[in-house]
Amino acid sequence: MSKKVRVALYWMASCGGCEEAQVDAITDELSVIDYLDIVFWPVAMDFKKEDVEKLPDQSIDVALINGGVRLSEHVEMAKLLRRKSKIVIAYGSCSSWGGIPGLANLYQKEEILSRVYSEVPTVAEEGRRPQRKYVTEEGVELELPEFLPMLLPLNAVIEVDYYIPGCPPSPETTLKALKTLLSGETPPRGSVLGASSRALCEECPLNKTKPDKVLVKEIKRVYNAKIDPEKCLLIQGIPCLGPVTRGGCEALCPRVAMPCIGCYGPLDRHIDYGGKALSFIASIIDARSEDEIKKIIDTGIPDPAGLVYKFTLPASRFRMNLRKWGGSR
Amino acid sequence: MSGMRMSEVIIDPITRLEGHGKIVVVLDENKNCVKAYLQIPELRGFEKFLEGRVAEDAAVITPRICGVCPTAHHMASTKTLDDLFHVDPPVAAKKIRELVYNIFMLEDHALHVYVLGGPDLIVGPTAPKEERNILGVLKKVGDVGIKILTLRRRFRKLNEKIMGKVIHPLFGRPGGISKPLTPEIIKELRELADPGIELAILTHKFFKNIIETNKEVSKLITSEAYRAETYYMGLVDDKNRVNFYDGKIRIVDPRGREFAKFDVHNYLDYITEHIEPWTYIKFPYLKKIGWRGFVDGEESGVLCVAPLARLNVSDSMPTPRAQEAFEEMYEFFGEKPVHYTLATHWARVIEMIYAAERIKELAEDPDIESTEVLNIPTERPGPVGIGVVEAPRGVLIHHYESDEKGVLTKANLLVATQFNAARINISIDRAARAFIRGGEIKEGFLNMVEMAFRAYDPCFACGTHAVPGGLRLVLEFYNERGEFLYRKDLGSINASSCDL
Repeated sequence: MSKKVRVALYWMASCGGCEEAQVDAITDELSVIDYLDIVFWPVAMDFKKEDVEKLPDQSIDVALINGGVRLSEHVEMAKLLRRKSKIVIAYGSCSSWGGIPGLANLYQKEEILSRVYSEVPTVAEEGRRPQRKYVTEEGVELELPEFLPMLLPLNAVIEVDYYIPGCPPSPETTLKALKTLLSGETPPRGSVLGASSRALCEECPLNKTKPDKVLVKEIKRVYNAKIDPEKCLLIQGIPCLGPVTRGGCEALCPRVAMPCIGCYGPLDRHIDYGGKALSFIASIIDARSEDEIKKIIDTGIPDPAGLVYKFTLPASRFRMNLRKWGGSR
Repeated sequence: MSGMRMSEVIIDPITRLEGHGKIVVVLDENKNCVKAYLQIPELRGFEKFLEGRVAEDAAVITPRICGVCPTAHHMASTKTLDDLFHVDPPVAAKKIRELVYNIFMLEDHALHVYVLGGPDLIVGPTAPKEERNILGVLKKVGDVGIKILTLRRRFRKLNEKIMGKVIHPLFGRPGGISKPLTPEIIKELRELADPGIELAILTHKFFKNIIETNKEVSKLITSEAYRAETYYMGLVDDKNRVNFYDGKIRIVDPRGREFAKFDVHNYLDYITEHIEPWTYIKFPYLKKIGWRGFVDGEESGVLCVAPLARLNVSDSMPTPRAQEAFEEMYEFFGEKPVHYTLATHWARVIEMIYAAERIKELAEDPDIESTEVLNIPTERPGPVGIGVVEAPRGVLIHHYESDEKGVLTKANLLVATQFNAARINISIDRAARAFIRGGEIKEGFLNMVEMAFRAYDPCFACGTHAVPGGLRLVLEFYNERGEFLYRKDLGSINASSCDL
């Protein structure tokens, strides 16, 4: 490395877990910081939007953006960072495909606002809502950013060069990705950095108990399943998404006898994660008749959308409103 | 308003950009502050999109509300699922849950004391800004700081082994936990128990030493500017002692009299939420007292949660060394409840001692060695499950409804930062009125706002944790016609919010 890499870090509709993960990664390997020149990190450092606006276009080497696009101001900021940066990276599941807050796309904006501000049993005032513009009793107009009709992944509003997956990406994933960038390598646009190119099963300690062909007569839900922590969850009838999910996290969830829920997202060759996951699950069901299949699915998967699109709904072909297909039918 | 010419000042913590929390200050014609608004422009809609999900998924979905305290949401959710699926976990599972929960509380509090809010007091409130951060703390306390941070990471890694992940855990299942502890984990837990206590005690010593020797700090901590006489709420055990994992919710009035003590299942009888049109955050308040605006006092339903509130509602601490520290604190202030917001820091350190002592008790308990850690639900799920824990930042309530298949039909969530939101608004309004006069922003305003904020540690969903610095505050002045006049840069604070 001859010169430092100029980095911008930004968050949108996120929980802060990605920031925690970045801090963990940096503290795990402090030497990385010597190679980074952080020009913008609103969460932790003294820079503001205007500072970024003043920068010449393309003057940031890498922008790492986490969180989904939920509010009007996220769109503006994403566009600004795109203009100023040579490379834009979607960091984490929310930014890559929408993540868990992307499940909001199963509902209309109005339904969400209505639930939060009118229907929950603790709400006292009928009909009161936050307003985009509100004039106070003193005559001052207060403004709030717009809650967009749906949550979008970053690549729906700007071009994204690379992706770092995970909810959150593990410190190892983050460091590997950073090292790739620091090495001056230029992987093809759209590449996933820092994670494995193979399915999660390959790094799962339970994989040795998994037969070549899995077939089950029953799909079980986690709440009432008796799970043997030493055995592959799939062969126990638990819909673990390891076979269709990118590795890189070291199979943290199966290690505590819980299924992979897909936070590292799809493998390279898969376009629609949920579609692939669902067809995989269908392939392990050992049933002869349609009725039998229906029964197995009704019992084991009452919420298919929540199972297979937990992290990727806004990036799916459906984008939003799969409600008829979801559990609230 | 008639005849009054108003202008506004916007303080935008420019970092959760542009507007994950901004303060608008309203000036009258003499440019004196007449009102301040803290806006939280952030919403994701968890209370809606939980609908339709299988109930057990709530335990992995709700931690994503906050990546800083995901363990609190995971635990509240898991307990709510016990209730929804009508299953009581085995003793071992309850103890292991409480054990990891106390580890989480200890490491999270340590983070706040050494990295986030504590630097104000440890390094000193008037120390240069560049020093009021973790680096300044390390300089001040020396090797102990490094030791604490290293220990914190060991505890976090241990919790990762037990909970699957430390950011967004998943080991909780209705009826228990997913996997028994291995002998190696138990061994490590027992090894870490004493160092945990030692460091909590050391932290307390440092803290007390500062209060005793630094007049500036002791004056500040009892300053009227940081005083708000509100109701307090927290979880207590059957002897009215602090408990983070379980118990009854107790509320005391501003004079310390018990106002209510109830099982979380009855929370709707006591708590309701106020909505303001200028912010996305909702303001919970006491139903029986009512909403009187952003004011304190017995007539106002505004309440407060978090470490100071927990101690204020408790008669004592359950462990001996925490009890000693508890008595000292109340003796120092000479009142109970203590109404000084900055005493929250002191309460937090006392809670670290309790968490560490409780970790030792539970780590040494032979019950945690049991492999019986799960009772699988057998009854028909629903229709209602309600659960509560004390998040580091205060009472956290989850409330789910489901159909017979255990698919969620409704969800309601009340998070700690929401409970404190009204009181934080009061503090900021007070600071603004006191310090913005004649169009001048008096020296110290930023400190006021910053410290009032930080004391609550309002779940700043952020990575400021290990990094010096914070959010930048910029004041923008507008004239009566809403035209921009000029901007004043005030420097940084740590701010954001635990929105839903």
